Amino acid sequence: MQPVINIKNVKKTYIMGTVEVNALVDVSIRIQKNEYVAIMGPSGSGKSTLMNVIGCLDTPTSGLYEFNGVNVGDMNDNELAKIRNKDIGFVFQTFNLLARSDALHNVELPLIYSGMKKTDRKVRAEEALGHVRLEDRMHHKPNELSGGQRQRVAIARALVTNPSIILADEPTGNLDSKTGVEIMGLFNDLHAQGNTIILVTHEEDIARHAHRIIRVRDGLIEKDFMVEDRVLPGVNV
Amino acid sequence: MQLQESVGMALNAIRVNKLRSVLTLLGIGVGVFSIIGVMTAMGVLQNAIENGVSDLGANTFQIQKFPIGNFNDNSRWRLRNRKNITYEQADMFYDRMKLAKFVGLEVWEFGKVVEYKKIKTNPSVQVAGESIDGLATNNWNVEDGRSFTNQEVQSAANVIVIGSDVVKKLFPIGNPIGELIRVDGRQYKVIGTLVNKGGMLGGTQGNLVVMPITTHMNTYGKERSVNIMVTARDQKTYNDVLEFSRGVLRVIRQVPPGEPDDFEFFSNETIIAQFNDTTFMIKIGAVGIACIALLAAGIGIMNIMLVSVTERTKEIGIRKALGATKYNVLSQFLTESVVFSQIGGVIGIITGSIMGNIVSLLLDAPPVYPWNNSVAILQTPFLDFTALQMNITALIFCSFIGIVFGVYPAWKAANLDPIEALRFE
Ligand SMILES: Nc1ncnc2c1ncn2[C@@H]1O[C@H](COP(=O)(O)OP(=O)(O)OP(=O)(O)O)[C@@H](O)[C@H]1O
Ligand SMILES: [Mg+2]
Repeated sequence: MQPVINIKNVKKTYIMGTVEVNALVDVSIRIQKNEYVAIMGPSGSGKSTLMNVIGCLDTPTSGLYEFNGVNVGDMNDNELAKIRNKDIGFVFQTFNLLARSDALHNVELPLIYSGMKKTDRKVRAEEALGHVRLEDRMHHKPNELSGGQRQRVAIARALVTNPSIILADEPTGNLDSKTGVEIMGLFNDLHAQGNTIILVTHEEDIARHAHRIIRVRDGLIEKDFMVEDRVLPGVNV
Repeated sequence: MQLQESVGMALNAIRVNKLRSVLTLLGIGVGVFSIIGVMTAMGVLQNAIENGVSDLGANTFQIQKFPIGNFNDNSRWRLRNRKNITYEQADMFYDRMKLAKFVGLEVWEFGKVVEYKKIKTNPSVQVAGESIDGLATNNWNVEDGRSFTNQEVQSAANVIVIGSDVVKKLFPIGNPIGELIRVDGRQYKVIGTLVNKGGMLGGTQGNLVVMPITTHMNTYGKERSVNIMVTARDQKTYNDVLEFSRGVLRVIRQVPPGEPDDFEFFSNETIIAQFNDTTFMIKIGAVGIACIALLAAGIGIMNIMLVSVTERTKEIGIRKALGATKYNVLSQFLTESVVFSQIGGVIGIITGSIMGNIVSLLLDAPPVYPWNNSVAILQTPFLDFTALQMNITALIFCSFIGIVFGVYPAWKAANLDPIEALRFE
């Protein structure tokens, strides 16, 4: 079966003046449709860089990246924008919310660029905010929300377009364990509906929701294995 | 992404950066203001003039010693030796111009006081001395009473017809006909009043009194040049009458063949044409100032947009990460700069129209509204512009400026790398 994501010998080097930082040294991953993958690794090991590459935000310095069998390196800006808009829901580690817009508008944003009508947009965005239990904070700006609430807005925004792939960089990093479990329940549901889920986490408990764990260290894949004692959907830990 | 969306974003960006926005809007506003203000003011003046600066009736031209208006020092020097058109010459002309419908002769005296009993006017009343046809050629109509008779003109009778402003001032109640008034201390009997024809340049339309030309010359002296007004029977004979009167006056004034006329013709049309000649330079000047102001404003817009792009780098990164295309970002920032310049333009049009029409209040002339589409306020060799066309052109020009100066910042924004933009703090 053709993998949704096929990364082969990808390298990402940042050049800072005279210093070269090898964020990704040599990474190869294949991820099939409807897989549930957790990426783990110490800070600075290249997890976010890898997510940016997978999310078609960043282009590798070298190596191949095929998305649904199409070489991302051959795509133009508009095609990349369309994939980011339609196929991928990205929950950023730093949330990346528009500071001057309220939660509702932040969640509507991807729908604006997919050309949805204003009235439909509002309904969908409200629905997504309902999923993360933020109905009563829709008209708050990010600086009027707690860290966990901001994270939930970011999650709602990633879900609102109903993307086939969810990329979540530390989606529970700012949440208490109860809310974290709720969010994981949300991801489990999405996975059950056939979506592909890739998330970055430090926490073993969170990672054990996934089918597969990829351990990254110093820009290399250290370990890539299936989870045996998986936390099942709906089961509280 | 719909236009409405972009305009909404643009207005929001303007609201968020209030002070900076106001400064730039001011630049655009001043540019548009200067051009619309000057054009409207000129339009008002022109309107006033077309409504009868000389009061000449239809198919009427005037002959006088010097050209009217601002002839320059050079021509003043050249024409300084011209002899007056004497009353005798003018009267002779009158006798020979049976071809014309009317031939009026007139002389003027300005800034006089008119009194009735204890009431005095300001020293601003114009005193006209007219021949028997003079009221007709001036297109003045008698409201009450009558005009003077041939006999009164022959005998230089002390009779007078008074304008509506003078009536208002001296006879707020009661009938002026038959009353005795004093002009410059001399006594005259009021025999008629003139119909008020509305304001004109200087607001003196009704601020005049009219006496027989003979009376006038007896009082204020004969050493002056008489103005001759000729009304043709109709439009068809107008040019013939004009050429004929040229010949007649040349003979009377003994101008040798081949020499230029030693007198000037003008009509409402020539006055308007001359007014347009003089104001054209002012208008060109205004266009020049406006262009410089708009250029400065355009650079201001570009600066604001560049700052805005830098400040909003993170926002651009977020939008691109969520699927905004280059085109989306480009059009968002372009819309912003166009909306910006449009708002400035509208402010400029409103303030400019108000400013220009203050002139109309001062002159008591009809205003030129910004939506007026019948009076050409800017006449160029190629195109004439009404106020409405002028304003629309100004707005189009503003959009143009918004696009020209907004395109580089917008292009810069559109081409930001999403990841680098997201990292921007
Ligand atoms: N734009 C950049 N310029 C230079 N170096 C960068 C850039 N982005 C990342 N790096 C470097 O690449 C390495 C990997 O960074 P990355 O953000 O992927 O780490 P991470 O695994 O997500 O860490 P964390 O768990 O702390 O989020 C780090 O050493 C970082 O300093
Ligand atoms: Mg990271």
